[in-house]
Formats: sequence, C-alpha cells, structure tokens
Amino acid sequence: MTETRLPEIPLAQAQLIQGNEACVKGALAAGCRFYGGYPITPSSEIAEHMVRLLPNIGGVFVQMEDEIASLASVVGASLGGMKSMTATSGPGFSLMQEHIGFAAMTEVPCVIVNVMRGGPSTGLPTSPSQGDVMQARWGTHGDHPIIVLAPSSVGEVFHVTVKAFNLAERFRTPVIVLYDEIIGHTRESVVLPATVDVIDREQPHDDPDDFWPMVAPPDGTPPLPAFGDGYRFHVTGLAHDERGFPTNDAQVAEALVARLHRKIEAHLDEIVEVDTYMLDDADIAIFAYGIVGRSAREAVERARDAGIKVGLIRPVTLWPFPAREVAAVASRVDTILVAEMNLGQLIGEVERAVAGNAEVLGYLKADGEPITPTTLLEEILHAEKVRQ
Amino acid sequence: MTDVKSYLREWAMPHVLCPGCAHGIVLRSFLTAVDQLQLDQDKIAMVAGIGCSSRLAGYVDFCTLHGTHGRAPAFATGLKLARPDLNVVVVTGDGDALAIGGNHLIHAARRNIDITVLLLNNSIYGMTGGQAAPTTPEGAIASTTPAGNTEPNFDACKLLIGAGASFVARVLAANPMDMTKVMADGLNHPGFSFIEVISDCPEYFGRYNKVGGGAEMLTWMSVRDEGVSGPLSDKRFVNHIPSSAPPPGLATGVLHNELRPVFSGVRKVGRS
Repeated sequence: MTETRLPEIPLAQAQLIQGNEACVKGALAAGCRFYGGYPITPSSEIAEHMVRLLPNIGGVFVQMEDEIASLASVVGASLGGMKSMTATSGPGFSLMQEHIGFAAMTEVPCVIVNVMRGGPSTGLPTSPSQGDVMQARWGTHGDHPIIVLAPSSVGEVFHVTVKAFNLAERFRTPVIVLYDEIIGHTRESVVLPATVDVIDREQPHDDPDDFWPMVAPPDGTPPLPAFGDGYRFHVTGLAHDERGFPTNDAQVAEALVARLHRKIEAHLDEIVEVDTYMLDDADIAIFAYGIVGRSAREAVERARDAGIKVGLIRPVTLWPFPAREVAAVASRVDTILVAEMNLGQLIGEVERAVAGNAEVLGYLKADGEPITPTTLLEEILHAEKVRQ
Repeated sequence: MTDVKSYLREWAMPHVLCPGCAHGIVLRSFLTAVDQLQLDQDKIAMVAGIGCSSRLAGYVDFCTLHGTHGRAPAFATGLKLARPDLNVVVVTGDGDALAIGGNHLIHAARRNIDITVLLLNNSIYGMTGGQAAPTTPEGAIASTTPAGNTEPNFDACKLLIGAGASFVARVLAANPMDMTKVMADGLNHPGFSFIEVISDCPEYFGRYNKVGGGAEMLTWMSVRDEGVSGPLSDKRFVNHIPSSAPPPGLATGVLHNELRPVFSGVRKVGRS
C-alpha cells in the first residue's frame, strides 16, 4: 500500500461539493487515470468533472457511443495499465452488465458507479431509488462474485470510491459503487483527507517467456501486467486455463469459477464494512443503507428521545452481503426493521441471515420519494408496539 | 525475413478453423506485413470480438484480448487511449463488426482513432452454424434463410467511408500478396484503417450455396477480381441462377485514403 497526494486537486480544505464531485475526487486520489462514459441523469456530473480534472494529472477522458462501449473502453484501458472507471444510472447499468461479467471473468480491475434513479425502464430519471441492488449482484449471466459499496453521504462517497479502486486492484475484480440521486446531487460541506492509502495491482516477477497469466498465488488473485510492458498473454471471456487459453474442460472451468469466488470470499475482513449506531442495548435494529441510512440515524435519535431502545445497522458493503454481521445483531435484538427504497431487495438477504432469530419487518417503497426520518420514526413506534 | 511462426503461439495449436477456411491465409498475410514493417512484437495488441475470425487472436504471440461479441473496437479504443505506444489491431468478422458491433465500428471510424481493423467477411455466421449475416447476399441460402435471403446486404467499405474512416480497403483472401501490401499500408496509416478481407466459409456458405470447398471458393472470388468485379456479393444469388460471367461486384484495393486529425481522447496536449 502506498500513500498518494494530489497537489493538483485540493482536498483537505472545507468545500461544498456534490456527491458526484466527491466521487471524482476519490477516484483521482485513488489513482484513476481513465474515464470512459456515456451521459445519463443523474450521473452526468461525474463525467463533466472528470473531463476537466483528468487531463491535468496525466489522465484521459473519452465519451463513448453507449454504455456497453463505455465499460469496454474501461476494460481496455485497464489492461493497458491505467486505473479506469465509468459512471451511469439504471438504464445504462443494464447495458453494462455484459462487460461487468466480462471483467469478472477476465479479472480486469475496474470501477462502475451507478447513481440509482427510479425504475423500471426509463422510470423516474431525476428521482432517487435503491432499485438496482439486486441487479448489481445478479445482473450478469453465470456465477461470479461482485463487490458493491453503498455510501450514505458526500464525504463517504469519497472514502468509498477510494476503497472501490483499492479492492478492484487488490482482487482484480469489477467493483460497483452504488448510491442514489439524492447523494449524487446533494451538496455538503466536506473536508477530504489530504492523502489516501492506495493499492496497485500486483505485478508478475516471472520471466516473460515463462509467464502464465492465470496462475494464482494461494490468496487467489493472479498478478496482472499491462499490455505492452513485455508480457505477451491472452485474455478471454471464454472459460480458460492457467495459461489464459480457452478450454471446455469441466474441471478447469470449475476450478476457475471456484477461484473467482474464493479470492473474494476468503477476504471478507478486507471487504465488508458495516456501520452501527446505538445497537448495544437495542431491542430494535433498523437495517438501512445509502441515503436511507441517514434518515434512519435521525429516526433512531428521535426514537431514543421517546425512550425506545433502537439502533442502526448500516452496511456500507452490500455485496458480499454482511450476513455474519446481520446474524450477530439478530441474536441480540427482538426486531429488525428493514427500510429500502425498492419493493424488497435486501430484505430477503436479511431474512436469510436472521434465520428466524428475530422478527423482520420491512418498510419498502419505490415511488421516487425519499424515506424521511418522520416516516421511519412511525415505523419504529409501530415495531415497538408489535414487539410488546 | 523472419519465419512467421515466431509470431504464433504454436502451443495453442491445433486451431479451431475448418478445412478450406481462408482465415489462416489472411492471418499469414497479416503476420508477413508485421514482419515486413519490423514492428515490435511486445507492442502489438490484437483485440477481437466473437466468431471464427476473432478466434485468430488466440493464436498470435502478441498481447491479445478476446472480448465480447461486436465490442472489439470499443475495447481497442480504451486500450489505445491508455497506451498510445501500442499498435492496436482489431480482428473481427462480418456478423461481429456489422451486426451486433455496427455502432462501435462506425464511432471508432468517426473518431479516427489510430487502430487497424481487419474485417474478415465470409458472408455468414460460421461459429454458430451458418446463419444469415448482414453481408449475406440477397437470395443466398443460410440456415436461417432456407428459401434464400430476402434482406439486402451491407457494403462495409461504403459504410466505413461514410462513417469517416481515413483508410479503407478491400482485399481478397485469394490474393495473399495484395493482402500483405494493403495490411502494411493500413498498419502504417495514422488514424483509423479499415480493411475488409473477403474470406470464405466452405463449411456453411459454400455447402449451402453449392459453390464448392475452399479451393473452389478462392478461385471463384479471384476470377471475379478483375478490377471492379469482386467477391461473394453477387447478382446471381438474387436470381438463383449460377453464372460463370461475373457481374460488376464490389470494388477492391485501397478505396479511400486521407490524412485527418487522429483522435487521442481528451488529454493534455503534448502528453502521450
């Protein structure tokens, strides 16, 4: 891990910026030097800030012809050795699924930001939503793990974007940053860290003539040299052997897919991040993430004022799902109230992790309006009544 | 001259191509051009899509990316922008580049990014078993056009000239020396070079349309190559009447060559 600072881009001073701008600053601080994207509300400010800042620090920007091409260009640039990202929203995210799967299968590091808006289809382009949580996990064909991070404030967008690049490089995987229109467009005063810890992808030490690109060390992630740096190797989305060459061999294919999972699942301690608030003596826990996590925090404080023992579990990492952490909370509380801006996506995962050890209630809505603290306070009062 | 085998991954052989398929001849012509130009083997990246021609990328000892169906120009765009020091070559087929990948191809041409695209046109989808492609001539038999194709086909070179490609050529797999020369010119050209190679698919196109095996198909296309006549796009398929007299077909040779500003993304000028 190395520490970087970006003198060209002031970070450690109070600034009033949007979530989308914080995302750009986090990406650049983490070492992102390539952006390929396609305009879509409510993510376009990311591209608009990128095109102004990237050239000053040796980076390159391209506006591609669609979101399929955007992520393809990102994968191509990443193979060229540049840390790369794109940003989009629901409809564009649907188009990107093809190359999220490709990046997962070929183990090319990249970051995809999805600023969620109301769906389905063109839906509510300027309204917030959390409707893409399952698409982020299961939108592609085939079996592969994915890392999905969900910040809940402008400051956390910066932190999470840095982490997304670090995890992408560390585990050679696509990482998705998932937040909604409110966080993308809200301006908050933040002071960002002047330096951040940065991880770069491992480089091989083999002789180029003996290099097999898909031979993994025990921790599961093979090194990745850049195209053009002296290692000549093949990259394919077909099932491939350790030499990177296509195969139909069932055992080889199984070993590959198993390793793709293992390299993530064996390192949950590096990946899973969960924020908790006032849980120690709680009878009720609210499970909320992203912007809803902030409403929930306020609702927890108001409910505490009313004498109700309620706390908050707010996953920053949505995938891999923090099942261990949710199960631990379930063993201590009577009720878990899941609030999300969709008609029920992570609540199923919560129920699975809770495994009957607590009652699971849901406050689920998908009308393009945020979930307010007042609404959640009413839900807490209701949950308290049910509990007694 | 170096043995072109030094550019091949012999360990990856045998290859997947069918007997009589001309794609191997095309690849040899390309590698000969690479050798003539003495390009640095470490600085060549071949980017492919999905299909028979795209599988060629697996057999060459360069940095090779076998991407997704139709998207090779988009992968190549990102790679070239990140690594201007690389010679980026796209190898693609007619279905890959002109159907599912049409959008990426025309936009790469419009930008005039400095990559070379080899489109191996065999007038059919070979890898998936002989379905009609956007290049399948009207009247021709494919597995999805058992009564003859009712759609008109693309003239890929006209399309690419219209889209802004600054170097456009069409060559025949039957003429390996011409292929090498045009490919070398394309590799040398600053900007977007598009080379359509008329290849063959004896296994599907040849069999379904009774135009013979590989040798017959190469002979057939070369007989037509008398200046203006050409490849498999041919009036006879419209009428289902085999004819020995080739009608005017697609033009071959370098069809368009201009110099215009090369796209390098939004970046600081003077910085590579």
